[in-house]
Amino acid sequence: MSPRATTVLQPASTPPSAIRNFCIIAHIDHGKSTLADRMLQITGVVDERSMRAQYLDRMDIERERGITIKSQAVRMPWSLDGVPVALNMIDTPGHVDFTYEVSRSLAACEGAILLVDAAQGIEAQTLANLYLALDNDLTIIPVLNKIDLPAADPEKYAKELASLIGGKPEDVLRVSGKTGQGVEELLDRITELVPAPVGDADAPARAMIFDSVYDAYRGVVTYVRMIDGSFSPREKVMMMSTKSTHELLEIGASSPEPVASAGLGVGEVGYLITGVKDVRLSKVGDTVTSAAKPASIALKGYSEPKPMVFSGLYPIDGSDYPVLREALDKLKLSDAALVYEPETSVALGFGFRCGFLGLLHLEIITERLEREFNLDLIATAPSVIYEVTTDDKKRITVTNPSEFPGGKIASVSEPIVRAAILSPKDYVGTIMELCQGRRGTLIGMEYLGEDRVEIKYTMPLGEIVFDFFDQLKSRTQGYASLDYEPVGDQDADLVKVDILLQGEQVDAFSAIVHREKAYAYGTLMTERLRKLIPRQQFEVPIQAAIGARIIARESIRAMRKDVLAKCYGGDISRKRKLLEKQKEGKKRMKMVGRVEVPQEAFIAALSGDTETKDKK
Amino acid sequence: MPSALPLADPAPLDGALPATAAAGSSDRNLGMYLHVPFCRVRCGYCDFNTYTASEVRGVKQSDYADEAIAEVRFARRTLDAAGIAPRPISTVFFGGGTPTLLPAADLVSMLDAVRDDFGLLPGAEVTTEANPDSVDAEYLAQLARAGFTRVSFGMQSAVPHVLATLERTHDPARVPLVVRAAREAGLQVSLDLIYGTPGESLENWRTSLAAAVAEEPDHISAYSLIVEVGTKMARQIARGQVTEPDEDLQADMYELADAMLAEAGYGWYEVSNWARGDRVSRHNLAYWQGHDWWGVGPGAHSHVGGVRWWNVKHPAAYADRMHAGVSPAVGRETLDDDTREVERVLLGTRVRGGLAIDTLAAPARAAVAGLIADGLVDGSAAVHGTLDLTLRGRLLADAVVRRLLDY
Repeated sequence: MSPRATTVLQPASTPPSAIRNFCIIAHIDHGKSTLADRMLQITGVVDERSMRAQYLDRMDIERERGITIKSQAVRMPWSLDGVPVALNMIDTPGHVDFTYEVSRSLAACEGAILLVDAAQGIEAQTLANLYLALDNDLTIIPVLNKIDLPAADPEKYAKELASLIGGKPEDVLRVSGKTGQGVEELLDRITELVPAPVGDADAPARAMIFDSVYDAYRGVVTYVRMIDGSFSPREKVMMMSTKSTHELLEIGASSPEPVASAGLGVGEVGYLITGVKDVRLSKVGDTVTSAAKPASIALKGYSEPKPMVFSGLYPIDGSDYPVLREALDKLKLSDAALVYEPETSVALGFGFRCGFLGLLHLEIITERLEREFNLDLIATAPSVIYEVTTDDKKRITVTNPSEFPGGKIASVSEPIVRAAILSPKDYVGTIMELCQGRRGTLIGMEYLGEDRVEIKYTMPLGEIVFDFFDQLKSRTQGYASLDYEPVGDQDADLVKVDILLQGEQVDAFSAIVHREKAYAYGTLMTERLRKLIPRQQFEVPIQAAIGARIIARESIRAMRKDVLAKCYGGDISRKRKLLEKQKEGKKRMKMVGRVEVPQEAFIAALSGDTETKDKK
Repeated sequence: MPSALPLADPAPLDGALPATAAAGSSDRNLGMYLHVPFCRVRCGYCDFNTYTASEVRGVKQSDYADEAIAEVRFARRTLDAAGIAPRPISTVFFGGGTPTLLPAADLVSMLDAVRDDFGLLPGAEVTTEANPDSVDAEYLAQLARAGFTRVSFGMQSAVPHVLATLERTHDPARVPLVVRAAREAGLQVSLDLIYGTPGESLENWRTSLAAAVAEEPDHISAYSLIVEVGTKMARQIARGQVTEPDEDLQADMYELADAMLAEAGYGWYEVSNWARGDRVSRHNLAYWQGHDWWGVGPGAHSHVGGVRWWNVKHPAAYADRMHAGVSPAVGRETLDDDTREVERVLLGTRVRGGLAIDTLAAPARAAVAGLIADGLVDGSAAVHGTLDLTLRGRLLADAVVRRLLDY
């Protein structure tokens, strides 16, 4: 029971004027989930005992990484000056890869808490989401979190926030999600400042899907914001993008556990369950309407999820391939953005070419596959989408270096992004050096407060997916943050570099790179492989080539000695067991032509493990 | 023998052998290996089952011969009980440790026990290992009079700094003296060499080979140094105190050995063994050809008709078992037909003329052409039906075995 709200407003019968829909915009680990937990507690929807730290982040990976991948919505009762309100907190995903999902979550709200760590200040990705929120005309409530930390500098960052969004530094609320300090004031401020939703209760129902989650027991749970009209249980609804119709088996709101209700009215936020088993039938951004009395115009802003980054995923143990297939089929149910198709590699065997929204998305999927399905996987170097035009005017879309045409090429176009990097000013030099080295073009630089700078670059996405973020972090001791958004395409002098082992192409190592970097890539990979591939009974040349032209070459000298000197009476059993062990080991060997390569060598070469070893 | 024992089944206390061990036994030779688990000092590279005086509390070296003799008697009873054809012994080999650390009379009494219980075939080969500094002319003469036919000296190297790294205590100048004494006593002589010792150059190795050849022994063994896990040398390498032997240099050394030994009239008959004429080690060949042998002593391994077993390692535990009249074996494995075939190929490949191609399974026969093409197997020998490794093939013998077995 809420200590404040003696009257709890029920869904379907709450006037829009008593509803406040808001979200929290924050960077990873700035304490969004902890603050949300505190709100759940203070409004009484979760009692102390059942309080699970970071209640809203359900997946283990999310909790471990301290980030939110999938958003949800929670309805909390509150009251100000004796007037009861229903606060709907919509938890937004906090990463650059999920910009589209963030934009839909924002579109479901009238206000946003801009939550910033009082010891760190605003980060690039928060800034990006702030732009999105302002773009959606959201009322912004600036809040500094973690004021209990000894390192907190609320004066400094209040100034930074005020200069960013206007207003006075003293208007910036100061809270501690950890201790609960200032959280009640924040709830009051939300009630006071966030506009009530506006909609037409008599118009045909229109609800926007801002999240869609697969639940093993209940099927897809669709989170919606009602814009116009209302829904009630057992009603037939229609998805406007696909025209598919479903019956509402359950409708309700989360508090934070789902509670069925008599329906949802204008401005309300809640969930729908239709028994559908695939999130693709209930897509984020789509409009849900009544099947009996459908709306004629869908809500704005819907778009299909578009994979930006591609990578091959392979089971390390080839016999796990069917498990991987099943696992992907399962993950697909809860992740509309995941796309994949079977792929075969000489070096890695059978696997899947997968498309992701970005690098984090790739990482999350890989990790979920490994953890939830007990798979050992290797991912090939991420690639982006290239449009190749050949001399005879054919256009080919390339998401995998193997699709890169071999003949004469007229042009290659690559996706470019606008990257925003936020960093303490001391690192500007090294960041610029990194970006220039990645074919970046400086757009501008802006100081946020006294010592922090936002640097903007136009850069090829292909340069960002290859190790850029790690480089950025290591050059700035982890202080810099990155955000990027696609801004189109550009033609570039790109070539495909192949890596050949004894004349046989090793597909997993082919890469599309800028011509000026082809040599560097070639020498890097040939040298890596030379170090990693064990000597064979014959000399093995390793070459890097653009088409038929060899640009780099290394060779693995033939092994000269592979014999155990002594094999007397007591050695025989041991020797035989060693042989059996080698036989087992051979199962993990991949054959490239006649060359036996341990799977580990490919994995290490792909992940660049040799370099890290050298550095240490 | 190596100290790391394979995982296997426990051995029964009475040592009883399964019936399968008797099958075909009359077609196999029977050898006897007698292990002497004592050394004056333990060499840094050695992982054999041996003990210096200070390591063996409560066990007297002077009692050892009696314990070993007890096992010889036990062997006879056990083989009889299993219905295994009683055969005179073809070869006897005293190894260690350092057998010659015991008085000659002890070795003689052990050999006598073998002769009494099993009989020796006419022309039986009886070898002992010896350190150049643990024997003299009289000792050797005593052995020869008692029926020993052969002595194998642990020469290892003729270069002082190499001997020092190996922690061998003998003076290289003793080697010619003991070789001469052995020959005067009427014994065949084999010299054991080690190459690839940390710090040993190709020139050092040439010096050692030349010194060995100059003694005109009947037989020379040359082993590349293997750094075994758990040895002092392995720890020294791990700590960076000595450099791990380089495999390419070891290959150069092997090639040099083969060239110099061939030049001096020694032909290879196993990857690490060369002999003049027919002066091969018949005892060792028996290991590689799947014959039967009984291994006496702590940690000794035996093989009879597809059953391999090994004794308890510590001399004190061994002594206890022999006094209690129970089998000293602690583990054994009974090989199935497939495993025996794997061993036959594994061992036979290493021996010149050790595998007749028409005895190989079809996939192995099919692999031979590729091995010839790659210069690993001698093409003309193969045409005549024998699988013989080339020089390069000997250096890559394990790879050849894997290809034959499709491992």
